[in-house]
Amino acid sequence: MTRRQVMFALPALATLGAAGGFYAMLSGMRSGSFDPRGVPSALIGRSVPGFDLAALPGSNKPGLASRDIIAAAAQRPVLVNFFASWCVPCLVEHPHLMRLAAEGVPVFGINYHSGSQTDPGAVAWLRRHGDPFLRIGIDLTGRVAVDFGVYGVPETYIIDRQGVVRWRMAGPITPEILDEQVRPLLRRLA
Amino acid sequence: MRALVLALVLLATPAAVSPVVAPAWAVIDPREMLPDPEQEQRARTIGKELRCLVCQNQSIDDSNAGLAQDLRRIVRERVTAGDSNDQVIAFVTDRYGDYVRLTPPFNAATAALWVSPVLVLALGGLAVFGFYRRRQVIDAPAPLTEEERARLARLSAE
Repeated sequence: MTRRQVMFALPALATLGAAGGFYAMLSGMRSGSFDPRGVPSALIGRSVPGFDLAALPGSNKPGLASRDIIAAAAQRPVLVNFFASWCVPCLVEHPHLMRLAAEGVPVFGINYHSGSQTDPGAVAWLRRHGDPFLRIGIDLTGRVAVDFGVYGVPETYIIDRQGVVRWRMAGPITPEILDEQVRPLLRRLA
Repeated sequence: MRALVLALVLLATPAAVSPVVAPAWAVIDPREMLPDPEQEQRARTIGKELRCLVCQNQSIDDSNAGLAQDLRRIVRERVTAGDSNDQVIAFVTDRYGDYVRLTPPFNAATAALWVSPVLVLALGGLAVFGFYRRRQVIDAPAPLTEEERARLARLSAE
């Protein structure tokens, strides 16, 4: 190959390579396997952070501590879900949590508060849309959320039988994510 | 000339005024501030290094998001507890990963990020260097002929 041919081929190859990369990114974004803003959780592969939260007043459910999660997870993998009644995506994923709970998957709730945002409507919201949670802790200072590395609500974690965080979803659980990620993982960890 | 002076004065003004104005821009609620000004200053320095994760490109010091507020409070808790700046940043990085740092550390995952500007600059430098070297070769004047050299000698002798 002459120098001239190399100089000609190089930009063409670079363009082709870039096109391939963009195609992979865009098709990944479409199918949901690639999220450009998604950042892996620092908690994956680590034990559930220690905490002890009081019950959500008026919810008739006990409060939530990390030992409750570990005890339940020893039987079968569990979901921990951060939620708030003002959060619209929480409502979007709510039916899926209800279905998982009906199937017997232990789902624990943490009512999320952050900054000066409070959630006085949480109990009414659960009464209206159903309550999938075995226990509900109220995280009044947002401190437990920070220990979990929560970005915002909804955010869901799957904890395996050793009490180790195996999966995190920042954002609502969609039917695709439920079928392609949550259910297979729960089966695998069972 | 007067316009130039005016322009310079206008340019200099924000720099001169900003230390006075800065507190008004900050989103930090006075109630959040630590009583010890030195500790508060450290908390500010740390806060500028930490990303508000819900706003992505703002520091927790610049954001009014709830999460930023929570993180500011935790930074102040750690500072009051006697942590060094690095310890506080490590505390937050432990929970949110390197992404929370606005100045990412150099490691395998961030190597491309840190090295690529240097690499591109070096490549550009090499290209410019090569370009000028070749041009010099082309533009180099032909050596003087015998006749010209004799004339030059005559001229410099005068």
